[in-house]
Amino acid sequence: MDMRILSCTLNGKPVQVGYDPRESLLDTLRDRLHMTSVKRGCEVGECGACTVLIDGVATDSCLYLTDWAQGKEILTVEGLQAADGTLDPMQQAFVDEFAVQCGFCIPGIIMSAVEMERSGKTYTRDEIRKQLSGHLCRCTGYQNIVDAVEKAVNVLDGKVGQGVEEK
Amino acid sequence: MESYKEVGRSVKRVDAYDKVTGRAMFTDDLCPKPCLVAKILHSTIGNGRVVSIDTDEAKKVPGVVGVFTCFDVPDFAYPVAGHPWYADSAAAKRDIADRRLLDDRVRIYGDNIAAVVAEDNVAAERALRLIHVEYEEYPVVYDARESMKGTEVPVQEGKPDNVVAHTLAVTPKEKLGEMGYESVEDALLDPKYHHFAIKTFTGEQSQAHIEVCVSYCYEEGGKIVCVSSTQIPHICRRIIGQALGIPWGSVRVIKPYIGGGFGTKQDIHFEPLNAWLCHQVGGRCVKLELSREECFWDTSGRQPKNFEVEASVGDDMRLHARSIKGWSNTGGYIHHGHALVLNSVNSFRWLYHTCEDAVRCEAWTIHTNGPHTGAMRAYGVPEGVWTAECLMGDIAHDMGWDGVEFRLKNAIAPGYVDEFSPSNTISYRTDGLRACVERGKEIIDWDNKRREYANQAGPIRHGVGVAFMVYKTAVAPFALETSNAQITLNQDGTFQLQMGATEIGQGADTVFCQMAAEAIGVDTEDIHIVSFQDTDVAPYDPGAYASRQTFVSGTACKDAGTKMRKRILELAERLYPDAQGELDLRNHAIYDGGDNRLCGLADLALEAYYNIHKTDQLSTRGQATVHQNAIATGCTFCDLTVDIPLGQVTIDKIVSIQDDGRLINPKLVEQQIHGGMAQGIGFGLSEELLVDPKSGRVRNATLLDYKIPTMMDVPDLIAENVETQDPMGPYGNKAVGETPIISPAPAIRDAILNATGVKFYEMPMTPQRLFEGFKREGLI
Amino acid sequence: MYDIESLYEATSVEDACRALAEDPQSMVIAGGTDVLVKCREGKFAGAHLVSIHGLNDELDGVSLAADGTVEIGPITWFNHVTTSPVAQSTVQTLCDACDTPGGPQLRVSGTVGGNICNAATSADTASTLYAYGALLDVRSVRGMRTIPIEEWYTGPGRSVRERDEVLVKIRIPRDHYEGWTGHYFKYGKRRALEIATMGCCCLVKLSDDKKCIDDIRLAFGVAAPTPIRARNAEDAVRGLAVEEAVEKIGKLAQQDTNPRDSWRASKEFRLQLIKEMSKRSLTYAARKGGADI
Repeated sequence: MDMRILSCTLNGKPVQVGYDPRESLLDTLRDRLHMTSVKRGCEVGECGACTVLIDGVATDSCLYLTDWAQGKEILTVEGLQAADGTLDPMQQAFVDEFAVQCGFCIPGIIMSAVEMERSGKTYTRDEIRKQLSGHLCRCTGYQNIVDAVEKAVNVLDGKVGQGVEEK
Repeated sequence: MESYKEVGRSVKRVDAYDKVTGRAMFTDDLCPKPCLVAKILHSTIGNGRVVSIDTDEAKKVPGVVGVFTCFDVPDFAYPVAGHPWYADSAAAKRDIADRRLLDDRVRIYGDNIAAVVAEDNVAAERALRLIHVEYEEYPVVYDARESMKGTEVPVQEGKPDNVVAHTLAVTPKEKLGEMGYESVEDALLDPKYHHFAIKTFTGEQSQAHIEVCVSYCYEEGGKIVCVSSTQIPHICRRIIGQALGIPWGSVRVIKPYIGGGFGTKQDIHFEPLNAWLCHQVGGRCVKLELSREECFWDTSGRQPKNFEVEASVGDDMRLHARSIKGWSNTGGYIHHGHALVLNSVNSFRWLYHTCEDAVRCEAWTIHTNGPHTGAMRAYGVPEGVWTAECLMGDIAHDMGWDGVEFRLKNAIAPGYVDEFSPSNTISYRTDGLRACVERGKEIIDWDNKRREYANQAGPIRHGVGVAFMVYKTAVAPFALETSNAQITLNQDGTFQLQMGATEIGQGADTVFCQMAAEAIGVDTEDIHIVSFQDTDVAPYDPGAYASRQTFVSGTACKDAGTKMRKRILELAERLYPDAQGELDLRNHAIYDGGDNRLCGLADLALEAYYNIHKTDQLSTRGQATVHQNAIATGCTFCDLTVDIPLGQVTIDKIVSIQDDGRLINPKLVEQQIHGGMAQGIGFGLSEELLVDPKSGRVRNATLLDYKIPTMMDVPDLIAENVETQDPMGPYGNKAVGETPIISPAPAIRDAILNATGVKFYEMPMTPQRLFEGFKREGLI
Repeated sequence: MYDIESLYEATSVEDACRALAEDPQSMVIAGGTDVLVKCREGKFAGAHLVSIHGLNDELDGVSLAADGTVEIGPITWFNHVTTSPVAQSTVQTLCDACDTPGGPQLRVSGTVGGNICNAATSADTASTLYAYGALLDVRSVRGMRTIPIEEWYTGPGRSVRERDEVLVKIRIPRDHYEGWTGHYFKYGKRRALEIATMGCCCLVKLSDDKKCIDDIRLAFGVAAPTPIRARNAEDAVRGLAVEEAVEKIGKLAQQDTNPRDSWRASKEFRLQLIKEMSKRSLTYAARKGGADI
């Protein structure tokens, strides 16, 4: 098939890039746009390592054809830091709460967590677990990840409310 | 306990920032794109021989660069296990060389028989579908004990009865004679004691790291460069050399960040083939990335094992005698061989030996046409401890004893030295286990819960359970334990630390920085670690396995740091010949004996680099050859709910408490325990690679069908340590990484027994197995 | 990269129908979570794809027709069914069922129409749409036709939909949901990222005093090669007191179903699940309807 041109917004900036229509968004982001935080773990939507936000929605980029990304706004972990380098509160919470081990699943999980962070809602620990249940992590047992997300979503945003359980 | 400044701090991980920003580079992130890709053709039979391969059509697919078959590869056999090599070829310690790059002898379903190199994965996959193979087929055997009876064509030449190894450790005749016994059997069947006998099974667990196995190779400067997601870069270099029949120095292996290994990446699965294919296409960059499915069946999981165990126990709760027989199914290839089931039967013996008068441990490792097996976290120990704990749980249950009291009466005690270990080098020298158990009891509210859960009826029941664990640290005395570390003083008074040991997610880089800082006398933040290992640059260390790195590599790291401190003070003495008293390095400065500050460390560093008369860039090499071993211990307590009609278990509370010696970084130890607990929960309840016994094919090679726990399956995890100081470790530390996977599954089993009275012996206790057990016992 | 021979982004349903008619090898792709997986595993390698992914104007969303029929666009994400106020106030049990496939990311790629069109017996929405008696409108260049879901499935992974037909609407008439309460019970071996070992949907209509089962619909996925209704069981408990119905429904449902023996679960275990899940689904459905049980 002939190459096509993708025009979309990547991490806040308009981009244009040629792509093979057989590519998944995962392929294009990694191999053509160098967004290597987007990880390939299973290619069939079972691990969540390739999760990015497409128009604000956390999506497995492995099962999303690049062809469908025309005109979309795509956000990856590379686009989370503030202009002065400050980490997004979610990234900082992952550092502070020791939520990172091998780190391979982490960018994807952070993107789903950022979707929650930006939703303006509060979440119980059970809700956090459900909302992130599309991600497999083999290192952490999830404990510190849930702690980090709870902290970032509910505490850093000043939204401590009914969602926070006694610890 | 000794007091430390940097050791014992919960320093934030040195790699966390790069990992949350996406800057941490893993193998495929570094691979130049576009590159050539290699894909492997796998056999569609489980046992036999390739008679012919027709690649004509495959070669015509547009984009295909080359098609190579088992008839094209060099005939060098090589071993794949991540074990140290041995200088003495006569010592019979070297791993068995039973692999070829591609092999016409098909021993397992999906064996590697041809490979395609193409411009993209679609072209490669299309070509694979067009390769026509003619086989001569042999019957498949998957059951290990069936295989021991012999097969018409042995799985591996040189093992006519398919038995890789058979070992026996038994209480000496003289000692038995003193008790009036002829054999351990006599002690087991002595009518003065209660006799118990059970059979257990542990399934094949898969490591299921989220980054698949991936490498890429290219040629540069006349050498083959292999960038690989491996736990063992230096061993990888050696094995590529062996497999290609080229000098080891002409291979350069680079190990970037890796997305989990847990033992898979302690084998060298595909790097040699990748290197060879790269050479066949003129040294162009070729990537070989396994699919998720291939990761499940074309790399090595935990060996499935069967055990038969017996015990005799007195009315005083003392175990009088025990015996264990273990059969391990290593599949078509040897990989880590007999070491795994030896660890099973040894750990069975270590854990509850204290009162024992007689013991017998027998083990077989057997070839079948089952899939690859090898190292997985805790290397055989979870299977042995599962078996030990099934037995202890049953005895306590049937005798009406408190499970904790019974276990404590027999559990490993400080001062234990394994009488069967070479030179008595395996020992338990701390006293943390009892305190771990007390703390665990308190958190789980053991006594009250046992009372509360007595005499339940109905479909939904609760139970509380316990399991202890032991784990030995590193591979001595069975194998070589060696490590090297290098520290260089930078111009600004900070340090560069280069380890041969590898960061695989466990936090090694962070604790190495802490240990180096402690030894030098500076802050952890003053140490810059080079995370990647490049075998052309990094000092030799075999790599990440056996929970060895903080113990063995830590010793080398401490040695390098201690030497660096000495070199700094020697330089200071040269620069300040008139200084009074013994010089000291603290607060980033050099002080004399009178507490006068002579110069800052950064000033001294500038002198080292740029002194007009004499320069001396300070660099030290730490080295360790370790011969001793240290046993770590701990326990898990679990409170759970069983939904009998649905065969479902919900863990309500689970706590693991461990004696891992001194903690270099408490939060990182906690991380390890969390992760191990989740993998232990998975092993106990849901994770098993299922093999069709007729074909040898793995049935559930996807992350959908292989059930690793999701965030909704793992409850909040409670992880604690009882800190002790082990005299064997560089800073009183010992094994952490693998230990926490051991005790959760048997603790869950014990809690299910408490809840329902039903004894399960097969792990994992899947809904199907729970249903069958409850049905058998009339609860359904 | 997927082994796809051609990819055409349709501009309208009409355009999609035309494209499907023109290329006899072509097939529809919507969310991609099923078709792309099959392309990757080789089953659909070299596929000619007609994508309706972008036809949101025509095929996305849940709405209420003037006559009270709930109309669901086939490319509506699972998650958008779950969170749709219209669906929540009418077909709540379908909202619950749509909250169970895979994980959250899958539920914003996978579509309810795709779940029906791949015709898997394990599809999480299948048993629920079966219980609701959904009507499926399909369109091709030959015109439009409506297929009641009971007539949709012809075997594992097979349906009466022709290759060139596009599912354009899923309809649930008012009397199929009004006055009914229900429960979808998915049994998996873990709590997320799971394919159903057994799926059971029970809808009930209680008597005015909330003590009796006036009407019941009990449907299963994975209990047979296709989703099925347990009609004999339904007939046998219709009119019974709720407690009695709960007591009897499990064994009755077993007699109506024919689960297979596979490495995923034995037939015997699946039959046990059918028994227990029927009982619990009926209990929860009746409880939602106001029964004191």
